[in-house]
Amino acid sequence: MSKNEYAAGVKAYRENYWEPSYTPRESDLLACFKIVAQDGVPREEAAAAVAAESSTGTWTTVWTDLLTDLDHYRGRAYRVEDVPADESAFYAFIAYPIDLFEEGSVVNVLTSLAGNVFGFKAIRSLRLEDLRFPLHYVMTCGGPPNGVTVERDKLNKYGRPLMGCTIKPKLGLSAKNYGRAVYECLRGGLDFTKDDENVNSQPFMRWRHRFEFVAKAVKSAEAETGERKGHYLNVTAGTVEEMYRRAEFAKELEMPIIMHDFFTAGFTANTSLANWCRNNGMLLHIHRAMHAVVDRNPYHGIHFRVLAKCLRLSGGDHLHAGTVVGKLEGDRDATLGWIDCMRESFIAEDRSRGIFFDQDFGHMPGMFPVASGGIHVWHMPALVAIFGDDAILQFGGGTLGHPWGNAAGAAANRTAMEACVKARNEGRDLENEAREILVEAGRHSPELEAAMETWKEVRFEFDVVDKLDMERSTRAS
Amino acid sequence: MARPIQDYKSRHNDASSKRFGTFSYLPEMNALAIRQQVQYIIDRGWDCAVEHVEPELAMSDYWYMWKLPMFGERNLDAIIAELTACRNANPGNLVRVIGYDNHRQTQGQSFVVYRGAA
Repeated sequence: MSKNEYAAGVKAYRENYWEPSYTPRESDLLACFKIVAQDGVPREEAAAAVAAESSTGTWTTVWTDLLTDLDHYRGRAYRVEDVPADESAFYAFIAYPIDLFEEGSVVNVLTSLAGNVFGFKAIRSLRLEDLRFPLHYVMTCGGPPNGVTVERDKLNKYGRPLMGCTIKPKLGLSAKNYGRAVYECLRGGLDFTKDDENVNSQPFMRWRHRFEFVAKAVKSAEAETGERKGHYLNVTAGTVEEMYRRAEFAKELEMPIIMHDFFTAGFTANTSLANWCRNNGMLLHIHRAMHAVVDRNPYHGIHFRVLAKCLRLSGGDHLHAGTVVGKLEGDRDATLGWIDCMRESFIAEDRSRGIFFDQDFGHMPGMFPVASGGIHVWHMPALVAIFGDDAILQFGGGTLGHPWGNAAGAAANRTAMEACVKARNEGRDLENEAREILVEAGRHSPELEAAMETWKEVRFEFDVVDKLDMERSTRAS
Repeated sequence: MARPIQDYKSRHNDASSKRFGTFSYLPEMNALAIRQQVQYIIDRGWDCAVEHVEPELAMSDYWYMWKLPMFGERNLDAIIAELTACRNANPGNLVRVIGYDNHRQTQGQSFVVYRGAA
């Protein structure tokens, strides 16, 4: 307890915000930051400064501090740790009392933890590596409007990953031509097609026209195949009123799923839309445009696993997660870590996957991770092995680029996926027997054979920019 | 050496164009393959159930349950015998096997084993 005596001036942050003897409470929100301090600033002081600036502190003492019990409200830096093989940076662990945050608002949490502190001069660079939301806080959030198991029941699809495709070209198609591309994919065997994130309501294709033609395509493909289908109708818009208008129309057309870009539109809009979906029986697909701007640099920003946890609390049934094997960034172990954060009820600390804290989501439903970006039929065995059943494998160019068209491309991918699931269930090793499994399946599917010929040479073997710190250290040594 | 373009053979009024979920893009399974897939369900600790329906009603959520789910049944032959009995009693119907995952309250697996008389 601080003394009730006011002394104006500037105190070292560590006097109030560094507490190595502190044992975090179960209800605390815990954060791990990676910090590069300015020259000459000791680790404890830098960690304490981050704790202060992201909770109760400001740069100087103020008399109104004495009107409250700051001991109760302040964030505490309780540990610093070396970053493997990196002398420039260190990890700081900070505990925040749950009372600092408004219930059910990841907006409020991020405004504190990823607010002014990121521009703070005593720090050269700062990255929020991981967050532990206490179960007490999780229980105040709505979470996924449906979740993996409810979505499977609604769509009647079990025991396998779901299959999708983003319609291309991303911009410029008329609504009717766009609906054609959707219909071809769905009749060929995909479960879903998707609006590209850039597709909102441009002059070449207004949203209402797109929704109408897509609905016809979905219904026709359902009648033809006997399977349930959906198209992620992108309701992302310039205002929330417009977002709701589009969502309502999707419901009127009896479409099962809509789509939202949570990061460009913002968490407030996203949480509201998730609530709307829960109230209207609608599935919600979440795209993550802009995420790489904040999560790719290993020394600055917010790690994707934090964004994924926040999105799960805000609400979404699908979330893009990278592919490990395709054209977009994503290290295998780190990806496994954040897809656990999307799907599992309890995720244990595991530094080899970049997980710094135990995370308990209690009864909150899981989301489907979406693997999308530069993947084709030869990647299928690895994708099924890496992601398992509860994932959506999304082939854009890998469907539409088939030499015989979208339906053949879709059938090729669906056949390859089913062959991989069947082989896995028989106890075969998907990654070592990939070629045999696909070639066998191709004997019964000319579409698959043609796909395998088309993409046999395409690889995306670039080094990953944002590696796990552990892996960085293994490679350095 | 590109192959000539093939038409995608699927028609609204053709019963053979209909699909029924998992594994319906693969050829119908032989007896050994069915046994392997049912064994996988058993090995996961899930409980098997058998359901069937007339092909024209295949899109409905609820098919006819064949007896009751076989809770705790770990004998592969016993499960295969029920699949066969269901098919013999309903030769024109689709017959599927389900693996109930009671821990996650979902179906861990569900696929059509017999595709009816079509």
